[in-house]
Amino acid sequence: MNLLEKLDAAAAARKALLPNGVGAFGIPIEEIFSATEARIGDRRVLLMGTNNYLGLTFSPECIRAAHEAIDKEGTGTTGSRMANGSYFGHRALEKEFADFYQCSSGIVFTTGYQANLGTISGLVGPGDTVLIDGDSHASIFDGCILSGANIIRFKHNDMADMEKRLRRLGDNIETTLIIAEGIYSMLGDQAPLADIVQLKNKYGGILLLDEAHSLGVLGKTGQGLVETTGLLNEVDFITGTFSKSLCSIGGFCVSNHPQLEQLRYVSHPYIFTASPSPATIASTRAALELLQKGSHLRDKLWSNCRQLYSQLQEVGYQLGPDPGPVIAAVVATPQQALLLWKQLLEHNIYVNLILPPAAPEGKSLVRCSVNAAHTTEEIRYVGDTFAKLYGAISTQT
Amino acid sequence: MTESNYDEIMKLLCDRLSDLTNADVLITPETNLINQLSIDSIKLLNLIMEIEDAFDISIPINALTDVQTVRELANLVHKIKTTSS
Ligand SMILES: Cc1ncc(COP(=O)(O)O)c(C=O)c1O
Repeated sequence: MNLLEKLDAAAAARKALLPNGVGAFGIPIEEIFSATEARIGDRRVLLMGTNNYLGLTFSPECIRAAHEAIDKEGTGTTGSRMANGSYFGHRALEKEFADFYQCSSGIVFTTGYQANLGTISGLVGPGDTVLIDGDSHASIFDGCILSGANIIRFKHNDMADMEKRLRRLGDNIETTLIIAEGIYSMLGDQAPLADIVQLKNKYGGILLLDEAHSLGVLGKTGQGLVETTGLLNEVDFITGTFSKSLCSIGGFCVSNHPQLEQLRYVSHPYIFTASPSPATIASTRAALELLQKGSHLRDKLWSNCRQLYSQLQEVGYQLGPDPGPVIAAVVATPQQALLLWKQLLEHNIYVNLILPPAAPEGKSLVRCSVNAAHTTEEIRYVGDTFAKLYGAISTQT
Repeated sequence: MTESNYDEIMKLLCDRLSDLTNADVLITPETNLINQLSIDSIKLLNLIMEIEDAFDISIPINALTDVQTVRELANLVHKIKTTSS
């Protein structure tokens, strides 16, 4: 098989799984109206599948900051942080992230994906070990591959399995990086951070926590899982993204280890890419301020989350173990998932469809993401629609 | 590196593989795990976990990319076992 034939074979396998699945992935959004509404085809839909957890995509403060930055600094930096791409805003945002997490240093990356790639591949290399959760996000896994370290996975959130693997590391624990996530993006469940920290303290290793989905969502000031658990000082490195609750694009890593600064000189995903545009940095800075002050947004977000989670649970949908902004209905087959996804769209609700192999353990998911800008009525409409479709979905084979 | 250890690994692998696959496929050290035994990835992962527990080791997933045959898997397990103890 030549290279192009291999792609044809992969495309054929995809089409065999979902013969009527055309359009489910990469759906064209024709117009975007607000944090919760868009036009798809000729439908005005309710957006229930974005990562806009605090609903800040149209916040006047962020928009104004972005406009001003474009006017003052132009559309792009046209260069790497290593060369001509470190403007005042990049450095200020790094300081603001470090202060937010009470850390001595912070680094801004061009995407959250690169924050994980760059941090992981900067911290470990060939001969070292990464111990990662089995449900880790692709950016974590790809960072591990890029590093050349030995990759050992423990079963998702299974502390007995994690402990077994820590014990088996023996002296290699000295050069081991442990990685977990604040909120896992597939089922919306949280890492058992207190247990992870306890095991880290017993066996050793360095701990990195990706707060991509928990930043702005968990904790009084929105720091994430480190705040709700009170374990900020026990985590060595925190990464996260601007693309979810901060409503722009980019990523960061903060730490109290002064060695973090060295990553700027060794980490290819930091060096060999252009720095975020001035508008991106400016809107992120404005959003970070709103996020810290946004406990009213978090209250609204969580009340929406609880409302939808309990309604779907009552109807009989199988959900992830914790209520939260990511609420995934686990269905038996890809066909059921596609049917549910399509029917929801017919009812003007856009959610995410996740099929094997993207979802863990061969599961098929119809995933909702709740945000603070959804009204109680909108959440009720989504819950009622899921309820109405339950019968048809569960009898579909 | 003791011979008995290596033989023990090879025996365990062959026993477990013949349980998992069609009874009339003869398993030798040169048998190709994917092409000849057509073990799917979930079964293979379960087998790896069993082997890990049996020998009290962790097999890094990146090391598995070089493994095609039963002998290569036995060599990998043996290497990890001898360097970790
Ligand atoms: C857990 C996790 N980490 C990192 C990322 C990457 O973020 P970004 O979209 O900024 O590249 C994501 C986003 O999908 C994620 O879910």
